[in-house]
Amino acid sequence: MIPLNYYLVLSAILFACGVVGFLIKRNIITIFMSIELMLNAVNLSFVAFATARGVLSGHIFVFFVMVVAAAEAAVGLAIIISVFRTRETLNVDRVNLLKL
Amino acid sequence: MLHLVLFCIFGGLCLGAAINLLLQTHPINSALSLIVVMGSLALIYLLMGAEFVSIVQLIIYAGAIMVLFVFVIMLLNAGKEERLPASKIMPILGAVGMISGSAAGIYVLTCDPHTSARISLGQLPGPADQVGRLLFRDFLLPFEVTSVLILIAIMGAVVLARRGEQ
Amino acid sequence: MNLYLWSIPLLPLTGAAINGLFGRRFSNKLVATVALFFTAASFGMAICAASRLLGSNMLSIIELHGTWFRAGTLTVEYGFLLDHLSLVMMLVVTGVGFLIHVYSVAYMSHEGGYYRYFCYLNLFMFFMLTLVLANNYLLMFVGWEGVGLASYLLIGFFFVKDSAANAGKKAFITNRVGDFGFLIALFLLIQHFGSVQYHNVFARISQMPVEAHAGLLTAIGLLMLVGACGKSAQIPLYVWLPDAMEGPTPVSALIHAATMVTAGVYMVCRSNAVFSRAPIALLAVAIIGALTAFFAATIGITQTDIKRVLAYSTVSQLGYMFMAAGVAAYSAAIFHLMTHAFFKALLFLAAGSVIHGIGGEQDMRKMGGLRKYMPITFWTMLIATIAISGIPPLAGFYSKDEILWQAFSSPHGHWIFWLIGAVTAFMTSFYMFRLIFMTFTGDYRGAHGEAQVGHAAHTDTAHGQVADKEHAAHTHAVPMDAHGHGDPHESPWLMLAPLCLLAALSICGGWIGIGGRFERFLEPVMRPPQVETAARFDTSVLANDQQRRMIAMMQAAQSDEAGQMPTAGEAKHENEHAKGTEEALMFISVVIAFAGLGLAYLLYVKRRDLPAKIATSLNGLYTTVLNKYYVDEIYGAAVIQPIIRFSTSALWKGVDVGLIDGTVNGSAHATQDASQVLRQQQSGSIRSYAAWVAAGAGFVVLYMIWTGIR
Repeated sequence: MIPLNYYLVLSAILFACGVVGFLIKRNIITIFMSIELMLNAVNLSFVAFATARGVLSGHIFVFFVMVVAAAEAAVGLAIIISVFRTRETLNVDRVNLLKL
Repeated sequence: MLHLVLFCIFGGLCLGAAINLLLQTHPINSALSLIVVMGSLALIYLLMGAEFVSIVQLIIYAGAIMVLFVFVIMLLNAGKEERLPASKIMPILGAVGMISGSAAGIYVLTCDPHTSARISLGQLPGPADQVGRLLFRDFLLPFEVTSVLILIAIMGAVVLARRGEQ
Repeated sequence: MNLYLWSIPLLPLTGAAINGLFGRRFSNKLVATVALFFTAASFGMAICAASRLLGSNMLSIIELHGTWFRAGTLTVEYGFLLDHLSLVMMLVVTGVGFLIHVYSVAYMSHEGGYYRYFCYLNLFMFFMLTLVLANNYLLMFVGWEGVGLASYLLIGFFFVKDSAANAGKKAFITNRVGDFGFLIALFLLIQHFGSVQYHNVFARISQMPVEAHAGLLTAIGLLMLVGACGKSAQIPLYVWLPDAMEGPTPVSALIHAATMVTAGVYMVCRSNAVFSRAPIALLAVAIIGALTAFFAATIGITQTDIKRVLAYSTVSQLGYMFMAAGVAAYSAAIFHLMTHAFFKALLFLAAGSVIHGIGGEQDMRKMGGLRKYMPITFWTMLIATIAISGIPPLAGFYSKDEILWQAFSSPHGHWIFWLIGAVTAFMTSFYMFRLIFMTFTGDYRGAHGEAQVGHAAHTDTAHGQVADKEHAAHTHAVPMDAHGHGDPHESPWLMLAPLCLLAALSICGGWIGIGGRFERFLEPVMRPPQVETAARFDTSVLANDQQRRMIAMMQAAQSDEAGQMPTAGEAKHENEHAKGTEEALMFISVVIAFAGLGLAYLLYVKRRDLPAKIATSLNGLYTTVLNKYYVDEIYGAAVIQPIIRFSTSALWKGVDVGLIDGTVNGSAHATQDASQVLRQQQSGSIRSYAAWVAAGAGFVVLYMIWTGIR
């Protein structure tokens, strides 16, 4: 028996890791992976709350989040591939043709 | 007691891998770290008794999505990140950001008194077949919609990744 | 009894509107017919109204036509007043105005802008009649400003000429300086008496004591004097009148001799209640009048442009009228105003006839011997000159003599005024006869047939070597007709008929003043309103009951008047000894007039070489007087240049460009700079977008924490 808080603390720290990685990293793919990390942290939160409250809807919602994450990953990686083709680089700072 | 120990082990593994994801420069290392995170998360789900979710996590997240990531990294032959002058302060900024972000998140999530409830080991709320019932009865519409969503995603990915009109 | 007073100003306005809006397409004949018809109709209505007023036993008739506006406790109506003073003015304006319209038909027939000229002329008649017929100061001010406008339009009639446009500007601006004083006086009236109606104001003023030292009435009087100086060309605001000769000659006759410039005199006489109780202001009026009369006469002696001589003569005669008003001889001033209108208009019209006859030349040194070419013009102009010199039994003698006598004998008068007046009369006689002799006697010094200008210059003996010092501006030619000039010729009968009529009036016009009849005629107006009894006011044309009650209240208030102000008339009747003095002074003034004639005859007929010798011997003095005492230059340097410099540097560059443009441009620049800063957010870098998203999300989280804490 551990308090729910422990799971929530873990979820928050994972989420913070995801945010920091999203802001700091320069490789597009790594940024994308940080986004996946964030989603996972949220999933953990959902399941923890569902378990604490005794409803199963949390699990179902996690299922849907994963489905969406999968779709998003597929499309996102396709975009990364096409960006790589045109700009020859995975450095996000080089993808700046819109710069003034 | 056992619950706490197991939780600490898996939780620590998870955090370590997450921080490693930030510290690595080569994307493939980051990807492998992320796989470790997902695996440990699956184990934590098991701790909570959510077998369905943990298996789905392993199969879809670690088994499909991360494979896709690794595949793309290999395809594009992504190399190490460059060392720029700004890279020196990044770890410091990152640490600061992490601490503050996690502090904020923790506060938000745990300020509610309900969250001091206790979870027992392997406690699954309700019978296992309830999952199927929820999925195909109460949440049928989102279920069908997500299948359409996946279809669209497939089409989008195919179109986007094509080599242009050559 | 409804006199339809409103029709008298409005008929010329209709004429002006028709000619102004549609006249471009009319033929000259139609334009002239329209203008003459409406002016004649106005004259006819004026005569009707005058005869009906005189036939009744009423002293004044007020017509009210509704309220113009109300502001707090001040109510201003469209009101017309016909009493003896405005009767005189109205008849002079419409009568002389009509004759000048007739004259203009022929005079302006070769000029462009025919319809514009008659439109402006009718417009002027409208404003002038509004001025004299108004029953309150504000409506009079409307007319006041309007005649200034019409004067500007008509002086600058030949607007393509720079000098004409500048002269129009100068007239209007100088008038405005005077109007400023008048406006302040109006404000004082409104503030202290709460009304601008003549009856209200004068009734309340007549209950105030005579001011021994400067007080409210003195202030009002002095400010009104400023206004009158601007309109009637007295020192220091007379500088526009000589330049106003740029306009067509009939304009000079009507506006700058007979009617507009007399508006100041009319205003002073109408406000006699104010001046009679403010001796300081009255003295100021007299001093300014006397100085102006003398000053302008000295300049008039040296001028060689025929119209300039007449212009300075007008300024001088207006000085006489002001001097008369300044010794509280208001009726004498109005009498001289009337006779002056006759002979000065005649002088200007005859000068126009001369100029027209010799093809546009205005310099007297190039005239001479025109008597045999233009006999009728000669005789009428001679009659006018005799009149203005004050030789009996013509009109000018009676009015000028009355003024000189009042200046000597009135309680407010002083023998110095008489002396200045007498010397000025001498100079007037001199320069007017000089004009006659130079123009009409001797040999013709101008161009015969085809122009031989060089020949004309050599035969000029009058002011030989000093001619070079003349301003070139004095000898500008009026842009005149295309008909080539042979010898000088007489003018058409349409121009000569008004001359003859005015000559007749110049002869007989003074006879109604014999024995003090004119003075008794104007006495009801020149006294404070307490003398009139209630029955004398006709209230049947009042618009509503409220105004009836108002008039009744005024009448009640007047019945307990305390004390009368001594007007100039009373002193005369009582004193037997004064009779002898009066006759002696009359004799002296006749002698002075003949002395002027004699001197002019000597210098310009008998010994034509003398003027040049005198001029060279008084070289410095002569040049100063010739250049009008450099007053224009002094004004330019002392007043105009500093204003222009201030306007350029402070108002234009400082306020307009710096402040106003700066604010507008500055706000535009500020917006631009702000947008430059905000634009940085839209960098092309993905990571900065990511940072903004994270910052936004963080902000939301913080907000949630904050609300959670509270």
